[in-house]
Amino acid sequence: MVGAITLDDLTLGYDRHPAVHHVTGTFSDGSLTAVVGPNGAGKSTLMKGIVGALKPIGGRIDVAGVGRRHMAYLPQQIQIDPSFPISVLDCVCLGSWNRVGAFGGIGKDEVMEARSALAVVGLDGFEGRAVGTLSRGQLQRVLFARLLVQDASIILLDEPFTAIDERTCCDLLVLVKRWHAENRTVVAVLHDFEQVRENFPETLLLARETLAWGDTCQVMTEGNLIRARAMAEAWDEAAPVCDAGDMA
Amino acid sequence: MTPMEFLIDPFIEFAFMRRALAASLAISVGCAPLGVILILRRMSLTGDAMTHALLPGVAVAFLLTGFSLPAMVLGGFITGLTVAWFSGAVARSTVLREDASLAAFYLISLALGVLIVSSKGSSVDLMHVLFGTVLAVDDTALFIVATIATLSVLTLAVIYRALVVECFDPTFLASVQGRGALVHMAFLTLLVLNLVGGFTALGTLMVVGIMMLPAAAARFWAVEVGRLMVWSVAVAVVASVAGLLVSYHAGLPSGPAIILSAGVICGFSMAFGPRGSLWTRWRTAPHFVR
Repeated sequence: MVGAITLDDLTLGYDRHPAVHHVTGTFSDGSLTAVVGPNGAGKSTLMKGIVGALKPIGGRIDVAGVGRRHMAYLPQQIQIDPSFPISVLDCVCLGSWNRVGAFGGIGKDEVMEARSALAVVGLDGFEGRAVGTLSRGQLQRVLFARLLVQDASIILLDEPFTAIDERTCCDLLVLVKRWHAENRTVVAVLHDFEQVRENFPETLLLARETLAWGDTCQVMTEGNLIRARAMAEAWDEAAPVCDAGDMA
Repeated sequence: MTPMEFLIDPFIEFAFMRRALAASLAISVGCAPLGVILILRRMSLTGDAMTHALLPGVAVAFLLTGFSLPAMVLGGFITGLTVAWFSGAVARSTVLREDASLAAFYLISLALGVLIVSSKGSSVDLMHVLFGTVLAVDDTALFIVATIATLSVLTLAVIYRALVVECFDPTFLASVQGRGALVHMAFLTLLVLNLVGGFTALGTLMVVGIMMLPAAAARFWAVEVGRLMVWSVAVAVVASVAGLLVSYHAGLPSGPAIILSAGVICGFSMAFGPRGSLWTRWRTAPHFVR
């Protein structure tokens, strides 16, 4: 299956302490999945693992058919340096990296594509502005424009609508739905349950371990959400070594 | 004396002035653009630290070969590269950040260098080399700095896009390319190459000064990275020419005169540059509608 992400007994973590613990399942090709769970549940860690920024400490991640080149990732903590002198247009043009690489020329086509992506996210006329002069919401629109240009078959969004106003959020959700209609695999970490219920057909409820994964209406039940809220966040320095891996 | 004679004569009359000019211009073209990247990465003090790190290699080469510039450049390059790569690799794979890891490695290297120099006695000659003078540039030195400047500009052109993206949004580069560290290492290699060439031929102050002061001045005149580099080279070139002329006519040491000229331009830029200078913060101009 092209564009499917399969997690096989996946454990991800820091300093041997698991943040994502023995998770197994599949984000199927063309699916639109919300990843939901309390703070510290391992949602961002899972994203980092899938994109390859964090090496699994157990289990495997299989991305079928497509390599990293066809994956686009919008992190939660963007490491963008706001004082860096780069224009909005240049930033969006970076989306064409997979086609032009580090050395290829950025021609009329790429610039046209970047301009139309900016128009789609409602930032016509912002081409020459420095990225550092934008508001948080405008910056998020620019990053979505870059995702549009990236044209990836797998799109990972880590809390894309946190600290974003309602109008921007609505505009960007339209893009997410458009990607879904175009049969791309989209995984988004979200906190707004209403938004998840209304827009995301599938949900992964994560509290370090999988609490539920499947159709949103079956996952987002009162009972499941209460179980998620009860997740122990404590990091136990004296935690014993997990033996679940040995049994497999 | 006509203004023309004032500006041109020293270079027509004296070969050492022509060589000094050529070497300073080569350093300007090679080093100033690297300074721009260092400032954007908040690594402004790296150049200074790195010149200290070169000492053991230069010292060993000096002790083995005597006064052979190519050997000292090679020795300095090897130690500088070791320090740069180790500190870069440690910063990227452990909890230590770039500044702390560089500080650790350059101090180790410097201590090693001092140990080598002092255990072998006669350090006077070596000290002369380390704080060399712009007016004593010979053909070999000129050839070395010119070669390095050429290599540096060409390499920078090749890695430019990846380097800029690595500074601006490293997560993005890692997600599309997965080899962000490689670009950083290439940049550090260029940095060491320029520092070691300039430092053995012209001295520490010259090379670090020409790297950082024009780049700092450029910040007040341009915004975009490419333009910052052009401005920094322009400032470095003007400072080189002005400094050499001042040193000739006033009988002052040339290296400090060049760096102080760059300092004067930098000071002026801080006060009156069109972008973010003191003047733009203090002036009261009517605001726009939107």
